Amino acid sequence: MVVFPILHKEVPAPSLTLFVVKAPEIAAKAEPGQFVILRVEEKGERIPLTIADFDRQAGTITVIFQEVGYTTTCLARLAVGDELLDFVGPLGLPSEIENYGKVVCVGGGVGIAPVYPIARALKEAGNHVISIIGARTKELLILESEMARASDRLLVATDDGSYGHHGFVTDLVRQVMEEEKDLAVLWAIGPMIMMKNVAETTRPSGLKTMVSMNPIMVDGTGMCGACRVSVGGETKFACVDGPEFDGHLVDWNLAVRRAAMYRDEEQRVIAYHQGGGCGCH
Amino acid sequence: MPLNTAKWPMPAQEPAVRRRNFDEVALGYTEEMALQEASRCIQCKKPGCIKGCPVEVPIPEFIGLLSEKNYQGAIEKIKEKNNLPAICGRVCPQESQCEKYCLVGKKGDSVAIGRLERFAADYQLQQGIEPPPVAASTGFRVAVVGSGPAGLTAAADLARMGHQVTVFEALHVPGGVLMYGIPEFRLPKHIVQAEINSIRRMGVEIKADSVVGKMTTVDELLKNGYDAVFIGTGAGLPSFMHIPGENFNGVYSANEFLTRSNLMKAYLFPEYVTPIKVGRRVAVIGAGNVAMDAARTALRLGAEESYIVYRRSAEEMPARKEEVEHAEEEGVEFRLLTSPVEYYGDDKGWVTGMRLQRFELGEPDASGRRRPVPVEGSEYDLEIDTVVVAIGQTPNPLVPRTTSGLEVGRHGTIVASEETGETTRPGVFAGGDIVTGAATVILAMGAGKKAARAIDAYLKEKKQ
Repeated sequence: MVVFPILHKEVPAPSLTLFVVKAPEIAAKAEPGQFVILRVEEKGERIPLTIADFDRQAGTITVIFQEVGYTTTCLARLAVGDELLDFVGPLGLPSEIENYGKVVCVGGGVGIAPVYPIARALKEAGNHVISIIGARTKELLILESEMARASDRLLVATDDGSYGHHGFVTDLVRQVMEEEKDLAVLWAIGPMIMMKNVAETTRPSGLKTMVSMNPIMVDGTGMCGACRVSVGGETKFACVDGPEFDGHLVDWNLAVRRAAMYRDEEQRVIAYHQGGGCGCH
Repeated sequence: MPLNTAKWPMPAQEPAVRRRNFDEVALGYTEEMALQEASRCIQCKKPGCIKGCPVEVPIPEFIGLLSEKNYQGAIEKIKEKNNLPAICGRVCPQESQCEKYCLVGKKGDSVAIGRLERFAADYQLQQGIEPPPVAASTGFRVAVVGSGPAGLTAAADLARMGHQVTVFEALHVPGGVLMYGIPEFRLPKHIVQAEINSIRRMGVEIKADSVVGKMTTVDELLKNGYDAVFIGTGAGLPSFMHIPGENFNGVYSANEFLTRSNLMKAYLFPEYVTPIKVGRRVAVIGAGNVAMDAARTALRLGAEESYIVYRRSAEEMPARKEEVEHAEEEGVEFRLLTSPVEYYGDDKGWVTGMRLQRFELGEPDASGRRRPVPVEGSEYDLEIDTVVVAIGQTPNPLVPRTTSGLEVGRHGTIVASEETGETTRPGVFAGGDIVTGAATVILAMGAGKKAARAIDAYLKEKKQ
């Protein structure tokens, strides 16, 4: 049986965890924008995580995730040497990387993780990369130096003003759009509300805005349709048609409602497993 | 000796009880029942039953062995042709295959071949008898993509011929539709696991979590040491009707609904972490076996009312008669000649109702069935809080799209010979739903069997 040991663990910010996982077959094929599906325990669910980095030589995949529910909390308790029960990928379509000229990469919170390999690939493809990253507060800001290396210009915002611009990444998007001419494409990855707001900010100018949807999934290979997203009035499956879509065409209200589908069940799972702990240890 | 014209009835859980549990509905024959039923077989000189079996099980012979209480002999006889008998005995549509051609059936009920097959297979699973022997190694390596009925059958047959077989499965457990699609109450998962384990013990390696088309491709498998590839990736993509409101929360594809319940065991939530939402009133759209499975699953998950909504009439329902009867007994309500045109929802995005339209049957269409024609002004509303869309599946494009030299049909199916599974690419064979579009477990197994034979011939020719 193939096993997926955790080789390295970091806590880059409170409630965020970084794992470097040995998965040579996935690392050999991974591209920016793709994701993996993993399972922690036999009775556990399958959850998608966007790939934050990959190293073909070392045969590793890096994921960074936030503890938002039962499974991610369970996952964060794993230590170096522990093995993931399942680790499947690379899934989804890669980001469309080419030399566009001048591009913008916007990452919010844990969304900076998946934006990083995209920014890096865009830079390697010869683009002039302007990156904007933001978090609620300074200590939650991740990958600043990596993003600085992958970008020609880096702007930072925190909601509370503890670091960089006092405000949201959308303020900086507006600023960059004023300062820079002939922007070709913008990527925005982060919380749904952030991606929606960035898309609304760029909509009047028509600047092409790619967002990475992170809906509820089960199989991640197009089989179940749990991850339905409405894009330009058409139903798409984020797992095989995405996860990246044109942010100006995404039905955000629908996406927000679908993301909340199992909110009550999440609470029930947490309550049920309390005391017993998760089955992963 | 006067022939008993009636089949020995299958013992089953009472409908009122079973509609609220996930235990197997059909309990299986006892030894006594099996012997009684086996004695009804008249051992035809020219048996029609075998011709009705896509995998050519020597039916009279195994029934003869059963009658002699040689149960091990019976199962060995079945396993000469069928590597998944405990599964086939449960889910094959025998009434339209072997039993349809049974001579005894001309003057009463046919012999209950499927139930006898199940008896013999379950006997072996209980006894834990060794798997069939495999031929000496040929040195050839074959990759099988997908571990559903087609892939498992091809893998087992190829292993028996002495080839080294690796099966690639995208999900975390092998079995395909047997694990994610067919519910526990119709096909217990421990049975599927046991049959798969016996295939493993024949030397077949199964790699789970391996998405061919993403992690690797058929082209790469051929480049990296596999001498032939069998594609059995099934019809995994759910169809939707594309009517307003289909993306409301609470509207599931049958695939998602059944995968959550069967594969992820959401019926044991919250012990198992994957959730499923079932409201008071559930409407399942469609009337195939998958639709029946979904409607019956909904009852077991606590629905007060479970509807089958189907735009044609009872006669055109694609589901097996037995499945329809079981659903009816359990209280599933049928709204026939009716189809949804729109779903309604509340301000939180949850489905709350559907607008239905009545249909009547017109002239026969391309499928030979009478075409349903909408009745003007017949719309009415039905309050529901869960919808399961079970109107069919299409082939998953991941493998066809990433394999060079493969001809693909209009509906995304792989073009392959019905007799051999040969595709337009030498060394690449395909069978099951990926070739035919959504069909049955046993037809996929038949295709896997034929392909295994053709692959064996291809490899032998390659050697020369």
